Amino acid sequence: MTETAGTPILEAPQALGAHDQHMVLNMGPQHPSMHGVLRLVVEIDGEIVVRLYPEIGYLHTGIEKTCEAKFYQQVVPLTDRIDYLSPMANNLCYCLAVEKLLQLEIPEKAQWIRVLLTELTRLNSHLIWLGTHAMDIGALTVFLYCFREREDILRIFEAVAGQRMMTSYFRIGGLAMEPPLDLFDRIQSFINIFPEKIDEYSNLLTGNPIFRNRLMGVGVLSAEDAIALAVTGPNMRGSGVDFDLRRDMPYSSYEKFKFSVPVATAGDCWARYEVRLQEMRESVKIIQQALDGMPEGPIKADAPKIVLPDREKMKTQMEALIHHFKIVTEGFAVPAGEVYQGIESPRGQMGYYVVSDGTAKPYRVHMRNPSFATLQAIETMCKGRMLADVVAVVGSIDIVLGEIDR
Amino acid sequence: MSAPANDLLTRAAVLEGLPDHPAIKALLALSPEVLIDARFDRGELTLTIAPEQIRAAAEAVKMAGYNAFEDTTAVDWFPSSPRLQVSYHILSHSYKERIRLRVMLPAEDPTVETVTSVWPGANYYEREVFDLFGINFEGHPNLRRIMMPDDWAGHPLRKDYPVEGYR
Repeated sequence: MTETAGTPILEAPQALGAHDQHMVLNMGPQHPSMHGVLRLVVEIDGEIVVRLYPEIGYLHTGIEKTCEAKFYQQVVPLTDRIDYLSPMANNLCYCLAVEKLLQLEIPEKAQWIRVLLTELTRLNSHLIWLGTHAMDIGALTVFLYCFREREDILRIFEAVAGQRMMTSYFRIGGLAMEPPLDLFDRIQSFINIFPEKIDEYSNLLTGNPIFRNRLMGVGVLSAEDAIALAVTGPNMRGSGVDFDLRRDMPYSSYEKFKFSVPVATAGDCWARYEVRLQEMRESVKIIQQALDGMPEGPIKADAPKIVLPDREKMKTQMEALIHHFKIVTEGFAVPAGEVYQGIESPRGQMGYYVVSDGTAKPYRVHMRNPSFATLQAIETMCKGRMLADVVAVVGSIDIVLGEIDR
Repeated sequence: MSAPANDLLTRAAVLEGLPDHPAIKALLALSPEVLIDARFDRGELTLTIAPEQIRAAAEAVKMAGYNAFEDTTAVDWFPSSPRLQVSYHILSHSYKERIRLRVMLPAEDPTVETVTSVWPGANYYEREVFDLFGINFEGHPNLRRIMMPDDWAGHPLRKDYPVEGYR
């Protein structure tokens, strides 16, 4: 069985004598290849990794505690800040959880726009992963190419939500506002060119001997270890486990979309690269279906005590004004109970566990973030490999420290 | 699996409404006393387990097909008693279904056996609960603080810990 972060190695190698050649090395927390403030304490024998221990918590801001002091609707902006590379996925997961508590039905159009934007978020997140991963390996060009396309996505987000990164566009009961009129055309013109761009990245990397040699056979994680260590998402599918919440436990009308779930069996960094590259192509397919079949109708649930009224109505109708005032000043009560809502975020299975005691503030909000669990597997992947491979592995598992530390 | 249309709010109702549920069957086969309470609410099954039996229960549901550990966290019900609740979310890849196991622990010296021997992936999650709630996991391989500094006093997610912290 795998050993996960057994005993801490902080100052000195475990035993001297036979191991007196070992050295303990700190990677991070301030290191360009650590994708944030991750500290890895590595015990090395020459250049071979003997043990590796991730030290986290540098970004811990107590978001879960803060949530307990906010109204339900005030938590939405906090969820953006957990994973700043896929804010829409966090918005979606939280809103779905609260809507489940409220047993609130969301109009079809709102659900479809949520799918559309969540898939764009996946592209956005995967682009950053690809760019930084390739940069860690030494291919700087790809980074610039990826950020060029990411800029297009961020412009779309800005048009939708008024914000490039901290979107907060999904609200409890639907969406914040009607999307701009030309939104679907803009997304269409983006995905018209995007598959060619994926080919472009692939041309730069897939045949590149340096990139191949740095990734193939490096950081192997078996399917059993992936499940045992709660690794999810593309990392798990790279190890040959064919499971995707979007397909297997659909939410927000994902059951109406046709897409395939890419799986690779090798379990190494290369397999994870292939899976994510393929996932981008599948996301484009989902976005195309969402654009083609976009239903008509409202974008907010008909629940005046929960969903803020339109500005127009709020300024002209007494009742709407009262509801607006009540929601903003007192929030809305949510029936007591506990729910867990899981979604497939770009990094794996994300889950929001929301407990209500019947008041307007959540009694407890807990986020299950995929990166946190993935970090447990890093020792298994790096043990016995060269120190330089640690950088390749950290890049390939696509972690975000904001989401790990919360 | 066919889910019942209505909520089932008591143990008896769940046992009647979900007679063939693999996790419930596995737990009852272990011993009827393991399953203290059960609830099927908003499409989610919550099984309350006797605290001293949690590892055996975890093994039983794992054998019954709930193979993938997803999440562990806690809820502080201060000032009611029992004060602390530990929730485990377990996913089944084959049934495509999630169950929630939970144990209720007293305020005084809350201790429960670790499930890391069943699911090694629970390691960080139990450390997080230990750090932020002060719940001990007996037999955990490395029970240290994970979010807060090692010399931190108190457990921030407890309800009697102020949101602004102690200044």
